[in-house]
Amino acid sequence: MKKVSQIQTLVIDGKEVGGRHDETILQVARENDIFIPTLCHLDGLTEYGGCRMCIVEIKGMPRLTPSCTTLIREGMVVTTNSERIMEYRRGILALLFTERNHICSACVSNGHCELQGLALKLGLTHVEFPYIFPKMPVDATHDRFIADHNRCVLCSRCVRVCHEVEGAHTKDIMGRGITARIITDLMQDWGESKTCTGCGKCVHVCPTGALTEKGKSVAEMEKRRQFLPYLKLMRERS
Amino acid sequence: MVLEELQEIAKIENERQGQFEHTINVCVAAGCLSCGSQELLDAFKREIDKRGIEKWCNAKGVGCLGLCTAGPLVSVEPSSTIYKAVTVSDVPEIIDALTGSPVSRLACSSDMSFFKKQQKIVLENFGAIDPERIEEYIARRGYESLFAALRDMTPSSVIERIVKSGLRGRGGGGYPTGLKWTTVMKASGPQKYVICNADEGDPGAFMDRSVLESDPHRVLEGMAIAGYAVGADKGFIYVRAEYPLAIKRLKKAIAQAEQLGVLGRGIFNTTFNFEIKLRLGAGAFVCGEETALIASIEGSRGNPRPRPPYPAEHGLWGCPTLINNVETFANVPTIIRNGSDWFAGFGTEKSRGTKVFALAGRINNTGLIEVAMGTTLRDIVFDIGGGIPEGSKFKAVQTGGPSGGCITEEHLDIAVDYDSLTKLGSIMGSGGMIVMDSTSCMVDVAKFFVEFCMTESCGKCVPCRDGSAQMYHLLNKITRGQGRMQDIHLLEKLCDLIKNTSLCGLGMTMPNPVMSTMHYFKDEYLAHVIDKACPAGVCNMKSGGRQ
Amino acid sequence: MGKIKFATTWLDGCSGCHMSLLDIDERILDVLSAADIVYGPLVDFKDFPQGVDVTFVEGAVSSDEDEEKIIKIRQNTKTLVSFGDCAITANIPGMRNYYPTKDIFQRAYFENADINHKTPLIGIPHLLPQTRPIHEVVTVDIFLPGCPPPADVIFFAITELLQGRIPDLTGKTRFGK
Repeated sequence: MKKVSQIQTLVIDGKEVGGRHDETILQVARENDIFIPTLCHLDGLTEYGGCRMCIVEIKGMPRLTPSCTTLIREGMVVTTNSERIMEYRRGILALLFTERNHICSACVSNGHCELQGLALKLGLTHVEFPYIFPKMPVDATHDRFIADHNRCVLCSRCVRVCHEVEGAHTKDIMGRGITARIITDLMQDWGESKTCTGCGKCVHVCPTGALTEKGKSVAEMEKRRQFLPYLKLMRERS
Repeated sequence: MVLEELQEIAKIENERQGQFEHTINVCVAAGCLSCGSQELLDAFKREIDKRGIEKWCNAKGVGCLGLCTAGPLVSVEPSSTIYKAVTVSDVPEIIDALTGSPVSRLACSSDMSFFKKQQKIVLENFGAIDPERIEEYIARRGYESLFAALRDMTPSSVIERIVKSGLRGRGGGGYPTGLKWTTVMKASGPQKYVICNADEGDPGAFMDRSVLESDPHRVLEGMAIAGYAVGADKGFIYVRAEYPLAIKRLKKAIAQAEQLGVLGRGIFNTTFNFEIKLRLGAGAFVCGEETALIASIEGSRGNPRPRPPYPAEHGLWGCPTLINNVETFANVPTIIRNGSDWFAGFGTEKSRGTKVFALAGRINNTGLIEVAMGTTLRDIVFDIGGGIPEGSKFKAVQTGGPSGGCITEEHLDIAVDYDSLTKLGSIMGSGGMIVMDSTSCMVDVAKFFVEFCMTESCGKCVPCRDGSAQMYHLLNKITRGQGRMQDIHLLEKLCDLIKNTSLCGLGMTMPNPVMSTMHYFKDEYLAHVIDKACPAGVCNMKSGGRQ
Repeated sequence: MGKIKFATTWLDGCSGCHMSLLDIDERILDVLSAADIVYGPLVDFKDFPQGVDVTFVEGAVSSDEDEEKIIKIRQNTKTLVSFGDCAITANIPGMRNYYPTKDIFQRAYFENADINHKTPLIGIPHLLPQTRPIHEVVTVDIFLPGCPPPADVIFFAITELLQGRIPDLTGKTRFGK
């Protein structure tokens, strides 16, 4: 039984737009070429709402709202790029740069990294909070892939793609707060994993240089994500 | 089970209790147990046996008597004498005094403000009933409200009564309980759930714990009434594994209630079924947040998720779910029994009823109290709480735990309710009150709470995960004498960022202790940064950390 | 109006940013027509002069010498520019921050040394416990990220500054460029 979809109209950044009632603000904004920065969101995966990059102001709501998890409503008035929001986004991005060791110049994803790209896009030229410089491990035990926790932003895309699309649930998150970390199985070496199918989906959805293919030098790691919306579409059809 | 049977149980129990001329109630809640009240109770029983007076004198374990600082506590009926710090060697003397005048060196003064100024609704059975016997709860009109609700009221009339009572959520947010119940009742779905949030994690708070340890049936009854009102037939109590005694008593209470048929299938010969299951939390503070709690019950990692959708529409396993705090449910049976007008007669216009507080910190009467909303902080701290230990001076009272703020001397005369505390930059929270005197350094206090939140952040959203670590880092620098003025500016910026962009309540309220101490005690921060000195002498400004 | 006093220097860095600066090629003549380069690796002056208008500082603060230097520069500079990723993020020099300095010495002067196993102590600057970005030590006015920043962006930034404007670098250069 298919539900009838209703069309609702709303205003985003002064532009009148419309969408289906089950679409999020982010979806409708993107359909209308309105840019909202994202990090944990990825087309084809369930929404996570963790990175807080896509926060927007909704008229009449006291709190800022993540646009990736908020459905549109008739008559909504949304602002995506006020100076206040931009300042918060830069603050959040700055915090992300301090928590691990993002040495862009020595990273295989240099030039193809979403974190780096966001800094450029949002005009973050420096980080005013002190860097933490934690000592983080690198897991290079897998034949073909490397997990470098220095570059991880805990967006959980790898966890979601492994669980939702590949169905293996090899990746998960361990620990709390600043000590949270992506793990393989029950914190085994990736190379020892019995559940990992070696499909590499996690590597290619990773926004940074945290999950990469072996044998790539600085700036050589380009991610390919076209498979995801395609897979999702094919599965919905079947 | 029908009403007559319930009344029969009450009658038998009252007759049983009536045969004793004297009852010795020994507190067996966690606080007193930890200072040996179980041995004390055994000693009373032995002494009674030895003297052969068991026909007219009974010793039993009861729930919390409140004045935890002076445990083990013993109350003697019918004279209502309360003895404090009783030891096994005092037992013969107390029994001797049953027929004479009380043992004066142990007795609390009968007009002590601690006992006199309280208003007990949730705690009405505390210190009077044995929490492990359902009969004693029934003898005090327990499960009558559930019967009345099931047999004489429609679900909407139950909700109407809760709405009219003005009861607001006691877990911290203060959301109108009736409104929440209405939403869940109206939500459509074949399966609905009721969850009791007993994941009390604030440092210094022990209200919910005491309720579960001292009067568990009250919570079960409240939940069953809620289940009937919203149309749920399954309930979960999510309780921290760190509360073994509460868990033990809850399990026992559920078993007793099921055996009597006041829980389970066809309660009171109606078509209403309600079962309650326990779920133990593994010690994560964030699981007190409702969406994280639900994830935890479902067996997932205890991470919050963005709301809306609210649990009332999309909760446990996607079903409409009513989630309330222990104390909220504990209020329900009394409201049903005495009516909404009676309940609304207590408290202030926007905050009806009473509130249980756990008094802790630099205060003479550490313990558990219940006062009408609108009681002033001065009354709570100086009358009921007995003031600050001698030779020291009151500095601030911290309400609301890690999500709350500090309230200073100048605001002590404020009538405590949800809105007045929010106006002062603090919150009601679940009811923890930590009193601080001149020996407390407010920067250190802020650092303590931030450290707590940092280790308890789930790590899902960036502002909370990284912002807490940055705040802790900056406060640590300041308390080591390495702070710069710029750090104060960064702290302010972080507070604003975390408050406005975090995913759940943990992050949104985490800056409160920092913001309120920076607001009221800016001079202490400046002393640390500019003079490199800690006015309270707590921080070691040279080599780092506390002295 | 006289020429603007312009200085450049490096702390803990690889000099790559200065190489990129030289990549502005003949445009350096345009710079020289508007500014005097009063201090830096490209000119031969021993001490940092007073009253400098614009100073570009490459590299992070790693040693007590760097610290003294940057404080002196700050005191004598109107507009201080953090020049390149090392200055802004600590970058490669900051990669030692995960280890205590004694472990680093152990690795460098004992484990990896074939002969002469000892830590040099005399006549060289002492390492600070951690390498920090410049703005964690002194106030910085302008940030020019990149590893190294591209020559065109450097030239743009200098030109703007020489004309008394604050360069808007949004979207022009990024970390790791």
